Amino acid sequence: QGKFTLLRDTRTDGSFLVHHFLSFYLRAGCKVCFVALLQSFSHYSIVAQKLGVSLAAAKERGQLVFLEGLKSCLDLLFGEEEQPGQPSPLQFLSGSSCDLRALFEFVRASLTPSGRDSCTGPVLLVDDLGVLLSLGAAPVAVLDFIHYCRVCVCCQLQGNVVVLVHSNEDSEDEENELVVNSLCHHSDLILWAEGLATGFCKDVHGQIKIIKRLSLRQAAEQDVVQIYQYKIQDRNVTFFARGLSAAVL
Amino acid sequence: ELPAPLLDDTHGKELGDEAAAVKSEDFQDSMKIAWRYQNLPKMEASPTTYTKFGHYYDVSKKMSPELCQSVKWHSFYLHEELSFEPKMKAWNMKKKNARLLQSIQRIISQEGKKSSDPQKKQRNVLRIGIQSLGSILWGDDVCCSDIPEDPQSLTKFLYVLRGLLRKSLSACIITVPAHLIQNKAIMERVTNLSDMVVGLESFIGSERETNPLYKDYHGLVHVHQIPRLNSLICDVSDTKDLAFRLKRKQFTIERLHLPPDLSDTVSRASKQDLAGSAKLLSSGCGAMAIGKKHLDF
Repeated sequence: QGKFTLLRDTRTDGSFLVHHFLSFYLRAGCKVCFVALLQSFSHYSIVAQKLGVSLAAAKERGQLVFLEGLKSCLDLLFGEEEQPGQPSPLQFLSGSSCDLRALFEFVRASLTPSGRDSCTGPVLLVDDLGVLLSLGAAPVAVLDFIHYCRVCVCCQLQGNVVVLVHSNEDSEDEENELVVNSLCHHSDLILWAEGLATGFCKDVHGQIKIIKRLSLRQAAEQDVVQIYQYKIQDRNVTFFARGLSAAVL
Repeated sequence: ELPAPLLDDTHGKELGDEAAAVKSEDFQDSMKIAWRYQNLPKMEASPTTYTKFGHYYDVSKKMSPELCQSVKWHSFYLHEELSFEPKMKAWNMKKKNARLLQSIQRIISQEGKKSSDPQKKQRNVLRIGIQSLGSILWGDDVCCSDIPEDPQSLTKFLYVLRGLLRKSLSACIITVPAHLIQNKAIMERVTNLSDMVVGLESFIGSERETNPLYKDYHGLVHVHQIPRLNSLICDVSDTKDLAFRLKRKQFTIERLHLPPDLSDTVSRASKQDLAGSAKLLSSGCGAMAIGKKHLDF
């Protein structure tokens, strides 16, 4: 409860972690607010079905609040005049405000319990944060947004926040690296998916570093780092200790 | 100025016959030394050998005007579009990009390509092609300076385009002169916002032109990203080293593979040297057989 998890990927695609967390929290009965900036609803829906969860059903019963970034953007730019009192969460795109306040308000409104909810802790899931930078939000605005979400979701509502970011060692995208490094310092748990250093392999798709940031809460504690390798299959991801892939044994 | 499509089957058949002839010759010798390799599949240079897949074009001929006119197509000519002034809401985007997006959106709804439109009996995909996006032809200074005036113009455009494509029956292919874009951060963001990213690197003018490894090819093909849609996994091919070859009538993409090393640096006495040392040997028994070269062991 009240944890901030950072999903990070380098030289590979870490979106399988997003799918996992989405179906995990929905199955656990949590109220989920999913800010999906990069892909359409049907993409997540189809993958979730393979993992045994129906997003449409969750949406209908109010357990899932889905913000489809692409659709919102189109509605904002091509749609008719917006209704007053219902500002678009992606308000900052039209340039009227340069911060992500509208997005935060959307998150807060969707996760604040309304009384009829029978769900356990709320969860905010974001895929992926780098898109906000590409759309013109300043790094400070993005960090502020995450900070406000943490205060609201983790502290006030005792929920969890899971965010996906991309990073690269020799990246020249300074703004992105700034955001990622800052988030790393404030995370309780970091799941870092990386491509193998030796290059592409058919049987091992990458390695995942699990960093439990115990030093965040307790001054004298050390972070615990575990490293596994993984292989992604159609309906499943298998994890194994390094060097012990099924192809080798 | 579009290239003429190859509508007849003869070209494809020629290639097929060639390939068949090559295959039947080779199987006659069985391997004596490297017999363990006998049963391995023959090295396929191109992943789909000579099957008729997709469309073929002859770049030396132009497409006939009748063919062009019989097909429904739309174009976007920047100067014509700028003369209009339709109502534009406050878009925080370069005007030219905004116009292009509006034009695409208009065509999508006109042609009934929206996903939400009712099913018709024949649904074609709307194919969109955008050339040299990000170059000065589109009024963008991303290719000219390290710190462009609006670094997010390209990425914002791509994001809205992505939204339009996801909501309709269309596919878009964009070419970007990446070698001109100095700001690598922008290229990283562009890659993240795209589904599929392929790079072509030509050898012309680079040091690789004279590299004997690449002598058969004209450039490399880099597959930076492949789409991972509606699934946890993506279809990754086995090989990552691809090179392309541009012949008069063919642009082929092949696997880059190393031929056996038969260069002079390998220690192997040439025939001439052997003959020379044999002569020396037969002339006198006591004489040391000093050939033209040292014989290495």
